[in-house]
Amino acid sequence: MDGWVSRLGKRFIAFVNYTGGVSVLFAKSIFWIFVSPPKRKQILDQMVKVGIDGLPIVFLTSMFTGIVISLQTAYQMQKISATLYIASIVALSITRELGPVLTALVIAGRTGASITAELGTMKVTEQIDALETLATNPIKYLVTPRFIALFFMLPLLTVYADIIGIFGGYMIGVFKLHIGANLYMTTTWDALKLKDIMTGLIKSFAFAMIICTIACYEGMRVEGGAEGVGGATTKAVVTSFILIIAADCLFTALFYFGFSF
Amino acid sequence: MIEIVNLCKAFEDHVVLDNVNLTLRDGETIVVIGRSGTGKSVLLKHIIGIMKPDSGQVVIDGQDITRLDEKELNALRLKFGMLFQGAALFDSLNVRDNVAFNLIEHTKTDDAAINKRVAECLEMVGLHGIEELRISELSGGMKKRVGLARAICMNPNIILYDEPTTGVDPIGADAINELIKELHGKLKTLAVVVTHDMVSAYKVADRIAMLYKGKIVEVGTPEEIKNTKNPVVHQFINGAATGPITED
Ligand SMILES: Nc1ncnc2c1ncn2[C@@H]1O[C@H](COP(=O)(O)OP(=O)(O)O)[C@@H](O)[C@H]1O
Ligand SMILES: [Mg+2]
Repeated sequence: MDGWVSRLGKRFIAFVNYTGGVSVLFAKSIFWIFVSPPKRKQILDQMVKVGIDGLPIVFLTSMFTGIVISLQTAYQMQKISATLYIASIVALSITRELGPVLTALVIAGRTGASITAELGTMKVTEQIDALETLATNPIKYLVTPRFIALFFMLPLLTVYADIIGIFGGYMIGVFKLHIGANLYMTTTWDALKLKDIMTGLIKSFAFAMIICTIACYEGMRVEGGAEGVGGATTKAVVTSFILIIAADCLFTALFYFGFSF
Repeated sequence: MIEIVNLCKAFEDHVVLDNVNLTLRDGETIVVIGRSGTGKSVLLKHIIGIMKPDSGQVVIDGQDITRLDEKELNALRLKFGMLFQGAALFDSLNVRDNVAFNLIEHTKTDDAAINKRVAECLEMVGLHGIEELRISELSGGMKKRVGLARAICMNPNIILYDEPTTGVDPIGADAINELIKELHGKLKTLAVVVTHDMVSAYKVADRIAMLYKGKIVEVGTPEEIKNTKNPVVHQFINGAATGPITED
């Protein structure tokens, strides 16, 4: 009797449970921001962990991305003698798409994973139970500060990634393809509009909420010791990756069809 | 007074507590004994309300805590101290901030007063000068004692000890037993001590209760327990490898 129908049913119930659990956690993390905001020090600690500590890896990824895009486009553009377009192609693809998405993926892998591992360890060593016995709501104490920190730091990191990425493209354009430095920069500025940066940033606010909610949800429901923590960490990263890419798709479509962006 | 009435708890189809009934009187130290995995920790977690029963009640001073909402529970919990089996210290905080957690989070005490109170609490558990250490720098026995210092920081009326002497060397264990008795004398707290260390049980208990297969099978003074006619209790307190517990 345990056929595919019942397995599918179980899967479906698990999916509904998961979605429900994540939504409730999301709502509660926002609820606590307004009802009893965390102490400034707690938020700052988390901001340092997310933001400052994330700078090097974001630097590397966006630098290389800028370089790669300009090299790949140069390969095409040289055929039609239009290498100058590289400046605008790099600027637009970085700010609209690759800056926000790659930064989110890198931070999901780095900060998201570490949040899950930290909260998961706290769960299996009963520290989360201990918080409750000390009359402290675990979501308020653990999730909300991380939520606020990511919500502000991910967009800031994205702006940073945009700048570094454009700089990567600039290096190839100016030093390898011998486009004039001034010309490269003016072309970049002409191509960029505020809305390009804004659409990128709107995405990254959404990505921040995804990363934090999934990472905390997976961490807080870990069962079964160190092995459970490992499994939850993997699951948090995979789920965040999928949701980030799905959300990106959705936003891009919305911006493209829906609004006059 | 705490009354545990028909408390039942199962995890999926694994029944852990099966109609537990037990009354804890004000000011007494009651020791709950039982083998590992019988649900002693689960019982403690119901008393402080971090686990919800499938059915039954935990009535503290006339109030059924299984029906309270989070705010009411939190007000009540400030009168509780709990020492966890693995100490459950926060490893993101140092010793001082662990011990003073409640003072820092729930009161407006200034730093000097906090430092003074932390030093007092650490002194009570036989430690000093370790305020700035990280939790990862402590030995197992020290963690237990810091956990105890955190539990008593707010002068609770009710203290729950989950295996306070497990993993502590015999001398340290005796110090903890003495401390439990001393606190009991000084603060007139209601103490619930979960353990399978019979030396400790005899030393601190006013009454001993044995949890077996989800039920309280016997309650009595240490004398009564020593002279028990219940074969299950008899086997447990004498630590015999053969007997009714190990037969099935
Ligand atoms: N959160 C939980 N989820 C599932 N099973 C649990 C949980 N907590 C405890 N148990 C189970 O309940 C039983 C009793 O556990 P516990 O109270 O920790 O025993 P002990 O008497 O050694 O303290 C164990 O079999 C344990 O596996
Ligand atoms: Mg236990």
